[in-house]
Amino acid sequence: MSTLLEVSGVSVTFDGFRAINNLSFQIGPAEMRAIIGPNGAGKTTFMDIVTGKTKPDEGRVIWGDENVSLLKMSEAQIARAGIGRKFQKPTVFEEQTVRANLLMALKHERSPLQVLFFKAGPTDAERVEELAAEIGLTEQLERISGELSHGQKQWLEIGMLLAQDPRLLLVDEPAAGMTPSEREHTTSLLVQAAKTRAVVVVEHDMEFVRRLNCKVTVLHEGSVLAEGGLDHVTQNQKVIDVYLGR
Amino acid sequence: MQQGFLSKNPSVPVFLGILAAFTLLITLTAEGTGTGAVSATFVKVLGRTLCLALIAVAMDLVWGYTGILSLGHFAFFGLGGYMIGMWLMYQRTRDIVVASLADTPIPATETEINDAIGNQIFGVVGSSEFPAIWVFADSLPIQLALVVLVPGVLALVFGWLAFRARVTGVYLSILTQAMTLALALYLFQNESGLRGNNGLSGLQNIPGLEAVPPATVTMWFFWASALALGLGYLLAAWIVSGKFGSVIRGIRDNEARVRFLGYSVEAYKLTVFTLTACIAGVAGALYYPQAGIVNPAEIAPIASIYLAVWVAIGGRGRLYGAVIGAVVVSMLSTWFTGGRAPDINLGFYTIKWVDWWQVALGLSFVLVTLFAPKGIGGLVDIFTDRRKAGVAGEAGK
Ligand SMILES: Nc1ncnc2c1ncn2[C@@H]1O[C@H](COP(=O)(O)OP(=O)(O)O)[C@@H](O)[C@H]1O
Ligand SMILES: [Mg+2]
Repeated sequence: MSTLLEVSGVSVTFDGFRAINNLSFQIGPAEMRAIIGPNGAGKTTFMDIVTGKTKPDEGRVIWGDENVSLLKMSEAQIARAGIGRKFQKPTVFEEQTVRANLLMALKHERSPLQVLFFKAGPTDAERVEELAAEIGLTEQLERISGELSHGQKQWLEIGMLLAQDPRLLLVDEPAAGMTPSEREHTTSLLVQAAKTRAVVVVEHDMEFVRRLNCKVTVLHEGSVLAEGGLDHVTQNQKVIDVYLGR
Repeated sequence: MQQGFLSKNPSVPVFLGILAAFTLLITLTAEGTGTGAVSATFVKVLGRTLCLALIAVAMDLVWGYTGILSLGHFAFFGLGGYMIGMWLMYQRTRDIVVASLADTPIPATETEINDAIGNQIFGVVGSSEFPAIWVFADSLPIQLALVVLVPGVLALVFGWLAFRARVTGVYLSILTQAMTLALALYLFQNESGLRGNNGLSGLQNIPGLEAVPPATVTMWFFWASALALGLGYLLAAWIVSGKFGSVIRGIRDNEARVRFLGYSVEAYKLTVFTLTACIAGVAGALYYPQAGIVNPAEIAPIASIYLAVWVAIGGRGRLYGAVIGAVVVSMLSTWFTGGRAPDINLGFYTIKWVDWWQVALGLSFVLVTLFAPKGIGGLVDIFTDRRKAGVAGEAGK
């Protein structure tokens, strides 16, 4: 299987503290992967590195068919290369409507001049309707997104990710603060997305991870502790010691 | 421009209508064109106020919509004034010199004329040489282009350095203050080539228009200022109404999120910063001929802070709020500091407005920031909300 993203030997130090320690990670083009690990394991920092927010001290991050290095690219360039990210805290543009949020995310030219003269066409409107239906916000399209419930904001953010049409989706704790039925909807959204692209989900909740039904990477103190099916890693003694046995 | 742009932004036709009605009213009552109830001096005050409203619109674009609290935009306003002032002063002095040398038996050579102009303009700073930056001063089209280009290029260079280094928030504000302070200090020097603290003066005399009554020229500038404000408002409203407006408001509210959507935040900031600097330059070029003089004190750091205060009091993030703030505060300012506001005698102490106006202004800024973050413009919401509620109530019957 070809790889879409390859992270190898990456380390990051914050004020002498090694948050990521010689981490290596790979994912294929249409794969779902869950990353679990105790608080402070470096899960969010891992996403920061891939999306260009944090530059690692050493290591390589190689992307796509042409094997380009992401380390020299800005956040915006990485996003345009096809990596979308959902933050741990839902971050949508609260003062704007759901429609404006989705339109902004829609895959189009991103330069100021082109955006200045951009005019949403019928296909854009259609795509927005489609996305809204998928994330269950059809009725809310004209609402100011700050008025949405916590769960709806999470979905809107996932919808914005899908609108970007990325090849890799990084999703940080999507189910946090959701009701069980909201979680179910979120699971199906992610599973659906993973059919055509790579999806990496960071999650604490084991039940949620189980329902994703995918390969699991366990992170601990900035490096990979175990990798494999959920049942396989949960039987690993090291994993039990640091994470499950708390 | 999008079809239905005006219908989707009802505040734009309302604003333009009010501006047109106001312009008409002044035209009908002014000394130059109407009954004469409004003096030419006061028309100049109104014309200048329209220019201040225009730079406030620019400030709202950069601060209210994009979230960049620039405390240096008055530098661009002043530069616009200097650029047009160079042509006005050069050409006017030349006309006078040529006229006075016309009677001499031997016709003056071009060098003699130039020396005489140089003496006239730069005598106050102990020089008669034309500094290199005056090379285009004899060309109105070039100086008009410089009105936009000089502020634009300065903003582009400054913005590129600052935004690329990801300077944001209060650090950026301080940096913009430093920029305008440095520029003011530079211009204060006699060697700056722009007459040091004397600045450029006599700008109210427009070369070639000596035959036109001054009150009429005053009206022309008033109309030009109203037109510039109308066009500037329309441009700003169009910019903020589309996807570009979505992106810059996104930058204001959460810059990191916009980056991860693939937008180059720096490029957007730079675009808005530079564009608003150009608008400020145009506003300044219209303002200073109506003031008669531009000097380095105009671009002291405090001027840019006032600009932010106007926009805050008027209500940022809504273009008409910026206009309301600039008009109300600058007019009140003129009145209170003009010495015509009656003093308040408290028996033990007399409040002299000339001294206390600044304090009152500072206090109202604090109060607005704390208790009415939407500013005066927020009052419009009360009205429109009530109307909406009224319509809903009707429908419920
Ligand atoms: N910008 C930063 N500065 C200093 N320490 C940081 C920074 N970001 C993360 N850390 C530290 O790195 C470790 C990993 O954090 P994080 O990646 O957020 O963990 P997780 O998402 O797995 O809970 C934590 O100990 C955290 O305190
Ligand atoms: Mg985290």
